[in-house]
Amino acid sequence: MDYDPEGRSDQEETLIKLENVSKTYTDGTEAVKDLAMEISEGEFCVFLGPSGCGKTTSMKMINRLIPLTSGKISIDGVDTMKLDTNELRRGIGYAIQNIGLFPHQTVEENICTVPRLLKWPKPKQHARAQELLHLVGMDPDIFLRRYPSELSGGQQQRVGVARCLGADPPILLMDEPFGAIDPITRGRLQDEFLKIQAKIKKTIAFVTHDINEAIKMGDTIALMREGVLAQYADPAELLRAPKDEFVRDFIGADRVLKGLRLLRAKNVMKKPPFLVNVGEDPMQVKRRMEEAGLRWSMLVESGDHFLGWITCEDLDPSRLIRDVITPPSVTATPDTPINEALSLMLSSAIGTLAILDDDKRLVGVLSFDVIRDVLSEDVGLEPPCEKVST
Amino acid sequence: MRRYVILGTLLAVLCGLTIWMTSLGSVGIFRVAPPGKVLHATLRHLQIVATAEALAILIGIPVGFIVTRRGFRFISPVLIGIANIGQTIPTLAFIGMAGVLLGMGFEAAVIALIAYTVLPIIRNTYAGIRSVDPAVKEAAQGMGMSKWQITARVEIPLARPVIMAGIRTSTVVNVGTAAVAGMIGAGGLGEIIMSGLAVRVMAVVIQGAAPTAALAVALDAILGKAEDWTTPRGLKVLKQAQWQAQ
Repeated sequence: MDYDPEGRSDQEETLIKLENVSKTYTDGTEAVKDLAMEISEGEFCVFLGPSGCGKTTSMKMINRLIPLTSGKISIDGVDTMKLDTNELRRGIGYAIQNIGLFPHQTVEENICTVPRLLKWPKPKQHARAQELLHLVGMDPDIFLRRYPSELSGGQQQRVGVARCLGADPPILLMDEPFGAIDPITRGRLQDEFLKIQAKIKKTIAFVTHDINEAIKMGDTIALMREGVLAQYADPAELLRAPKDEFVRDFIGADRVLKGLRLLRAKNVMKKPPFLVNVGEDPMQVKRRMEEAGLRWSMLVESGDHFLGWITCEDLDPSRLIRDVITPPSVTATPDTPINEALSLMLSSAIGTLAILDDDKRLVGVLSFDVIRDVLSEDVGLEPPCEKVST
Repeated sequence: MRRYVILGTLLAVLCGLTIWMTSLGSVGIFRVAPPGKVLHATLRHLQIVATAEALAILIGIPVGFIVTRRGFRFISPVLIGIANIGQTIPTLAFIGMAGVLLGMGFEAAVIALIAYTVLPIIRNTYAGIRSVDPAVKEAAQGMGMSKWQITARVEIPLARPVIMAGIRTSTVVNVGTAAVAGMIGAGGLGEIIMSGLAVRVMAVVIQGAAPTAALAVALDAILGKAEDWTTPRGLKVLKQAQWQAQ
């Protein structure tokens, strides 16, 4: 069984390194205790945990919004304490839940905040604002001159993302950037941001308390508990092998179901066991299907071009097979996540899902049996061999 | 538009009244104040108000700003308490006490006026700076703005409408209080009002009172316009949006 290879397998060099980092607030609370972790270049690292676990504190120590009590954080091998705070922050994109757009500035001025601080020439700033607004899916001609109060919540959040990319920093810090918006818009923004990330490949420290968001977005998840790193692993590993009771509880009882999101149809689909060609004799097909105990069978043309389904009851000698096709109500592609595939199957009468490639060629099938095998965790959520060794 | 018509009419009536009373020359055995004296008193009044207001702004804005800073925040409850309570003291009582403490004359009056008019400026500056959304400041800080840049580019522009409103209120109060300050020998229109009251000649009282009222109305209108100019466009849009949402 193959694993989703997208961005998870390549081992890049460490970009952000936290060594024995601790934070004790003046009132004596130990927010972060002896945290050590490494974030690789191009890695989307999600800091996850319940409130008060120190995830936000950990993230804010990276750009020194919160000073560390002890330990060392280095970026690209340079100790952040040796850098000027403002210089450091200008080199790191920063986006927060409450967005914090400047209400007295236009969208363009907001996006160009850091470029202006870095004294970029005006035309370059303007071009950058246009490019970024385009990237986040907003029309620059309409929105560049608008003010934040003239935008919807989702649009403001997009501008917030565009602003944190302002000067094209290699690192982004994002503190629940999609937290304050409705679930539908949030889902869409998450999808869009993943697409953007696939293009720009930033190193991201992303804080959330939402396990589903973490699984969806992260290459790795740093699950924290009371200032300590409970587990730092990729989502599949976290779901498959929770390190302790806390991790298991935090992920929830439906961890196997959550894991389905990480698998795609192509990873688990089977070869179609029984195919009927459009030119075959109906009665012969009917006998074969009865022998095999099948009510439904897939009909193909010229080897693998999927036409639809046929059922025993419709087959009779007086009609051609072509005339009794039931067209497929749902199909999936090899890249459909298994959770979506499962939902499609539940909504169709046949209960078996044809997986078609872009040319409508049948490449495999998914059935409840196949997915049940996946659901039994030791089979289904086994990571590929190279993951075990790392 | 209607606002300007009302404003213009009001100012015309007040100025007309002043000119009419001045043109009477004398009422019974009493001579009214000659035109030169009324004009001089008006200018003197403006001078008192302008001096006190300018100094109050110079003191009030920095003080109001500083008490929002972390190191000085402990003073703010006391200071804002004083500012609030101080404003409840009637102007007449305030000026009376100032006369006793500081003596008579222009300087004493100006000092008293500063002490009184600085209060709304401190209060509004403090409130304006404190009302800036913490998320906005955090974003500014997180993107690498220095403290000065945050103050100059974020806090001040966002607090400006509130600060301007404080200046406007304090100026209007100042015009009225300056009239009372005539009592302690500061000169200005208050002196004409008092001399009129002393001899119970209403024409003279109006010669002092009508220009005082006209000054307050005119300055309020001018500063209202200034408030509008200094409000960043994005905030006006915001206000409009909130208004439409209601």
